[in-house]
Amino acid sequence: MHGRPLAPFDPSRRRFVQGLAVAGVGLAAGVVRAGQADASMPAMAALQGPAFQLAVREAAVDFTGKARTAVTVNGGVPGPTLRWREGDDVRIAITNQLDTVTSIHWHGLIVPANQDGVPGLSFDGIPARTAFTYRFPAKQAGTYWYHAHSRFQEQSGLYGAIVIEPASGERYPADREHVILISDWSDEDPERVYAKLRTRSDIYNYGQPTLAGFLRDAREKGFHDAVAMRRMWNQMRMNPTDLADVSGATYTYLVNGRAPAGNWTGEFKPGERVRLRLINGSSNSIFDLRIPGLRMQVVAADGQDVVPVDVDELRLSAAETYDVIVTPTDDRAYTVFAQSIDRSGYARATLAPRAGMQADVPALDPRPRLAMRDMMGSMAGDSSDGDMVMAHHASTEYGPNTDMHVDMPRTNLDDPGVGLRDRTHRVLTYADLHTVGGSLDTREPSRTIELHLTGNMERFAWGFDGQKYSEAKPIHFRSGERLRVTLVNDTMMNHPIHLHGMWSELEQPHGGFQVRKHTVNVQPAQQVSYAVTADNLGRWAFHCHMLYHMEAGMFREVVVS
Amino acid sequence: MKRVYLALMLWPLGAAAQDMSQMQGMDHGAMDHSAMHGQAAAQPAQAASPPATAPAQDVHAGHDMSGMDGMGAMKMGPMQGGKAPADARNPDYSDGIMPAAMHGMAMHDMDDTAASSMLLIDKLEAFAGQGGHGQSWEAEGWYGNDTNKLWLRTEGEREGRRPQDGDVEALWSHAIATFWDTQLGVRSDFGEGPKRQWAAFGVQGLAPYWFELEATAYVGQGGRTAGRVRAEYELRFTQRLILQPELEVNAYGKADPQRALRSGIASVEGGLRLRYEFARAFAPYVGVAWEHLTGGTADLASEQGRRVTDRRWVAGVRLWF
Repeated sequence: MHGRPLAPFDPSRRRFVQGLAVAGVGLAAGVVRAGQADASMPAMAALQGPAFQLAVREAAVDFTGKARTAVTVNGGVPGPTLRWREGDDVRIAITNQLDTVTSIHWHGLIVPANQDGVPGLSFDGIPARTAFTYRFPAKQAGTYWYHAHSRFQEQSGLYGAIVIEPASGERYPADREHVILISDWSDEDPERVYAKLRTRSDIYNYGQPTLAGFLRDAREKGFHDAVAMRRMWNQMRMNPTDLADVSGATYTYLVNGRAPAGNWTGEFKPGERVRLRLINGSSNSIFDLRIPGLRMQVVAADGQDVVPVDVDELRLSAAETYDVIVTPTDDRAYTVFAQSIDRSGYARATLAPRAGMQADVPALDPRPRLAMRDMMGSMAGDSSDGDMVMAHHASTEYGPNTDMHVDMPRTNLDDPGVGLRDRTHRVLTYADLHTVGGSLDTREPSRTIELHLTGNMERFAWGFDGQKYSEAKPIHFRSGERLRVTLVNDTMMNHPIHLHGMWSELEQPHGGFQVRKHTVNVQPAQQVSYAVTADNLGRWAFHCHMLYHMEAGMFREVVVS
Repeated sequence: MKRVYLALMLWPLGAAAQDMSQMQGMDHGAMDHSAMHGQAAAQPAQAASPPATAPAQDVHAGHDMSGMDGMGAMKMGPMQGGKAPADARNPDYSDGIMPAAMHGMAMHDMDDTAASSMLLIDKLEAFAGQGGHGQSWEAEGWYGNDTNKLWLRTEGEREGRRPQDGDVEALWSHAIATFWDTQLGVRSDFGEGPKRQWAAFGVQGLAPYWFELEATAYVGQGGRTAGRVRAEYELRFTQRLILQPELEVNAYGKADPQRALRSGIASVEGGLRLRYEFARAFAPYVGVAWEHLTGGTADLASEQGRRVTDRRWVAGVRLWF
């Protein structure tokens, strides 16, 4: 183990962050530890379609040495991987064994509105102790996932992977494949996490600017520069280390339900092409993933095949999925290393020819600091930030729930984002992604809906255009129209924005199709646009996939009629 | 010494005043931006090409957008706060469609207006001063959502097991700007002398440079008036070792001899407390605090043979629930 303990004077942190070597997921019989259950308990069962029986129930889990109760699917965290074939008519019978309402949303799948699984929009939810059967055709292939859309059940464990095999075979075949589902677990009740954030939004940030850090800066950059650097942030009451609301201070990061010390391992034979289906199934975390010693060929983004691109590292924002192919030739183990964006912890898995092998785990990188372009957008004269554009702020953006306005957002898609900009190896950016076959609808969008992602860190209030969900009217997409959604991020955090029911076809800064996605990460002070074809009637959720941002109001209802 | 205190006190107030004026819509955009661009140039990683003296102007040229057709007329607002410009976009894309909740569908069970609550016992301490020893406390708590909260605060001290002086306030706190809330409510004084009741109104918020500020005016029976200003700062040595300077000034509009007060600024209190956060919710501290009676109230105290100035060593714990 080469993980760095985060806080001095607190030796228990190491174990907490890395989890237990014997972490395990409880089955109905009680807490089962992986140490005794390795042979009998695969980390994640896989169910083959088209008909599935899933039970949502509470079960005991132990990721950190403390027994906790999770909301599980068929007793596991994550739930079983659901595998079906493109073209299947899928039937999923859910029994809700909880005492509260539950729901499952099929993330990234284009389904009829009443099968989408969002209580209050799609249906009434699945009440306690009742059953519900989802029915929809699997019209697409690729890597997706499912999760609860009820309060914080997703944070409590209700999520799992979906793999849909293409009817005509994979475009980029591999010899074997593994699902790598990364998630975040807290021993704290998520309701408590949310309440704490609303009381003091920086409560999980143990990387705040300090006098010690200032003296270090002054030594390295000179006193004057160090003062100038602090001055602006402090004047604005903003924090340049505001990268993740919830951090490794409470999270343990999991791969397929295993804490780092539990070391989930996927096997390969040297020389094989191995497809990794990378899923960020976390509630509130962004990960930077690399496999030291292996190049990754990215072949799909959000389930959609892309023109292959070779990278050494990629950022997985919440809810995004990427398929990568790796070809390990040596008879050795490789570490899949996914550190959180604030470097407060990591998820880790191993690829190895045989179980039990492991490779070095890299040290966490130093915590990055937000740069000027993350606050101001386009820096004058810096053409690498893209074309000069002016944002159009909404009249509702001047109230107590908005803490800043970005007038000149940057538009470039080739920025890997804070913490990845100074890498010497190749890091994936949205500018590298080109969906095979191009756009599904080549009509030029007939109108633009501009929305701003807004927030007030001090109040932990989030919204679109300064309005919370409860204050805002629905957004109307006219049936059949092709329209453009332009998002401007007026905050200093990344927001993965997810539109249900329809694809988001990301456009290049100058227009023109870039990549088809279900979740578009918008960087701080960035403007992105995507085209949408409003061809799926009904009421849809449209929200930030940071669970606590969504709950705090960064959510809208989209009506296609 | 007093001058230093006043300067310390007025600095954050000045900052707050500037911030409040922005809040009221005065356009400080130019000021904000120039401050920022100075910084932009100073950050070596970002300072791609502009020479050290020119960048503020360069950037402003960019902001003016004078070179861009059709955009030159667009007015830039301040980066924080301010009022919506006349050409602000309408956020309504509904075409008159009502939300699902209006169609009998159960409301999506998110809760962006849910109430939450907090209790912070900022000080719970023992003190040993030149004028005696005892205990003192300061606490605040609230219940509510982002916009409206019921806010409770109390502070006071006791010596020799008797409450010496204390008050409790109950306020309706209402968000009016990004970093500011107005407060409206009541205050009740207890301890030595007769009890006093006040109506209270004021503001509370976060001034630039992270100063926590509280300024409250009080109106009591018999034409009494009072004011209290409190400023607090947190200086982090490390993630867990934090120095908390604070300053409080109390003033009265009218003499209240039964509570040993004369009109004018009555007391100035300062403190420096060094805490170690074992957890956010539990931080023991040690520190030093000063209390000065001033003006007529100090004269009165001298006449009565009481101390005008007291320096105290304090030790206590900060708790958060």
